[in-house]
Amino acid sequence: MELFANQILAGIATGAIYACMALAVVMIYQAIDHLNFAQGEMAMFSTFVSWQLMQWGVPYWGAFVLTVAFSFAAGIAIERLLFKPLAKAPVLTNVAGFIALYAIINSVAGLIWDFTIKQYPTPFGSSPFLGSQLISTHQAGMIGITLLMLLLLFFFFRFTRVGLAMRAAASLPESARLVGINTSWMIALGWGMAAAIGSVAGMMIAPVVFLEPNMMLGVLIYGFAAAVLGGLSSPFGAVMGGFLVGIFENLVGTYIPGVGNELKLPIALALIIIVLVVKPAGLFGRAIVKRV
Amino acid sequence: MSAVEDVVTESPAVEAVPKRAMTLGYGTSLVVLAALIIIPLLVKNFIIFQMTMLLIYGLAVLALNILTGGSGQFSLGQSAFYAVGAYTSAILMEHAGMNYALTLPIAGIICFAFGFLFGQPALRLSGVYLALATFALATAMPQLLKLGYFEYWTGGVQGLVVTKPDAPFGLPMGQDMWLYYFTLVVTIAIYIASVNLLRSRSGRAFMAIRDNEIAASAMGVDVALYKTLAFGVSAGITGVAGGLGAIAVQFVAPDGYTITLAISLFLGMVVGGVGWLPGSIVGSAFIIFVPNIAEGISKGLSGAVFGVLLFLVIFLVPHGARQVAIIAQQLVAKLKKN
Repeated sequence: MELFANQILAGIATGAIYACMALAVVMIYQAIDHLNFAQGEMAMFSTFVSWQLMQWGVPYWGAFVLTVAFSFAAGIAIERLLFKPLAKAPVLTNVAGFIALYAIINSVAGLIWDFTIKQYPTPFGSSPFLGSQLISTHQAGMIGITLLMLLLLFFFFRFTRVGLAMRAAASLPESARLVGINTSWMIALGWGMAAAIGSVAGMMIAPVVFLEPNMMLGVLIYGFAAAVLGGLSSPFGAVMGGFLVGIFENLVGTYIPGVGNELKLPIALALIIIVLVVKPAGLFGRAIVKRV
Repeated sequence: MSAVEDVVTESPAVEAVPKRAMTLGYGTSLVVLAALIIIPLLVKNFIIFQMTMLLIYGLAVLALNILTGGSGQFSLGQSAFYAVGAYTSAILMEHAGMNYALTLPIAGIICFAFGFLFGQPALRLSGVYLALATFALATAMPQLLKLGYFEYWTGGVQGLVVTKPDAPFGLPMGQDMWLYYFTLVVTIAIYIASVNLLRSRSGRAFMAIRDNEIAASAMGVDVALYKTLAFGVSAGITGVAGGLGAIAVQFVAPDGYTITLAISLFLGMVVGGVGWLPGSIVGSAFIIFVPNIAEGISKGLSGAVFGVLLFLVIFLVPHGARQVAIIAQQLVAKLKKN
């Protein structure tokens, strides 16, 4: 029983990583209705920017704020420059654009900062949290930050004019335009916010997985899975999905014999698909009703 | 917190392509065919090998095109079907000593069954959810092939070495050239079969489902059957391509069939034009040659160059090679008038 509880705790600790990423994934999905395959690379690039700032002597939280601001601006710039012209192109062409963006960012980051693994500092320290060996203060801090972001997003969408306008633009663009919302800029804003959330996720994840251009590869896959599991229409669902995927993964690795690190991912994904077959809109998502 | 989406009139994810627009004209086809027959006689062995791969990937892109452009279902799992086809051929040739040509139909049938079965649970999923499910299949496949239980058959991480066939009947040509013409014949046969499939009753059912699933079922199309059938056909063709790929490369290993391959095939379909079958070969050329060109322009930044080139293509022609073909057709029509 103690093993079980410990594995759940360890699962929550890894789940926090996925929850962070899933939040960014849901954010962009709300704004543009696609999964952005370059999301992880954008987060990785932001993390490298913060690392560079710290190398130049900027203190951690200063670098943190600057990076979030930079990512927000960069997200908007990417949308304006690359994806606004593609707004009328077919969906699959847009997806190809994400893949192109992925290749570009990954390769540029590799050229600037090379592919060696770098240590990344944590503001929370890495001693055991409340005397438990399984979860460190950093991981506890990461869970705290994720929940804080979730809360802020909730207030933003619920109680601000801009948040309301973004929701309107995402759900019924035509009607939103008629009441005077600039839907095109709402999409750009969505990109900016997704990039900013992604940068926070990157800076939280980097101390755990170490900093290098391919660090987000695995994380993004789990982040997608978490977002889809929780329901792509719900940020709360995405965060819960993240924790669930983390727990799933740990339990599968512990209790099913013969499952090494190699089979953890396929089994976690298979479980998610089984959940989706039963509940196609995700655990916390809202079923979309189609008009015929 | 989510947006209110009680009522959504959904536009189809894949735009409607009329079935006549899915193929090439008679004259153009003959020119392309003649070029494909003559070029290998004039070039070096390595280029012949690359052209063989061009046809093989072209087949795999064509298979994805039938699934996505034809029936409107999205798949990131094509690399898994490709892997199954490749391993089936390799195992039959190396363990059972079967003739390479006979292994291809078997690879196709096994992959058809696999795809058909996979299509069953996938029926309940669409859009991103289907993308995730197929993606899971693609990431799981290399790990499954590495499993210790199958190691006697699959060779584990090491993979299997496949012997390259000689030209039969004492024909005076090298192995590469023989394999090229063999692949060409298979490719043409499958291409013609696919074109006919899309023109048949089943093809019309695919397209009806793609354009409006509810309307299609109201017209009496068995949606579940035709959706899984599309998966099966697509997987079957991909399996044949995988088998040919194994023979051409003379080697199968789990890490050759990762998600990267599935993404490449997807890019090939977009560049070639979704729903336009002849575009498959253009898309296949893009995914084979452009990475090499990018590497040639800059070693360190090859990924970035590839990304920029891809962006250029989708900015200039968002509908892929099909758009180029349509523009060319209009130009020719104009010239004829004058």
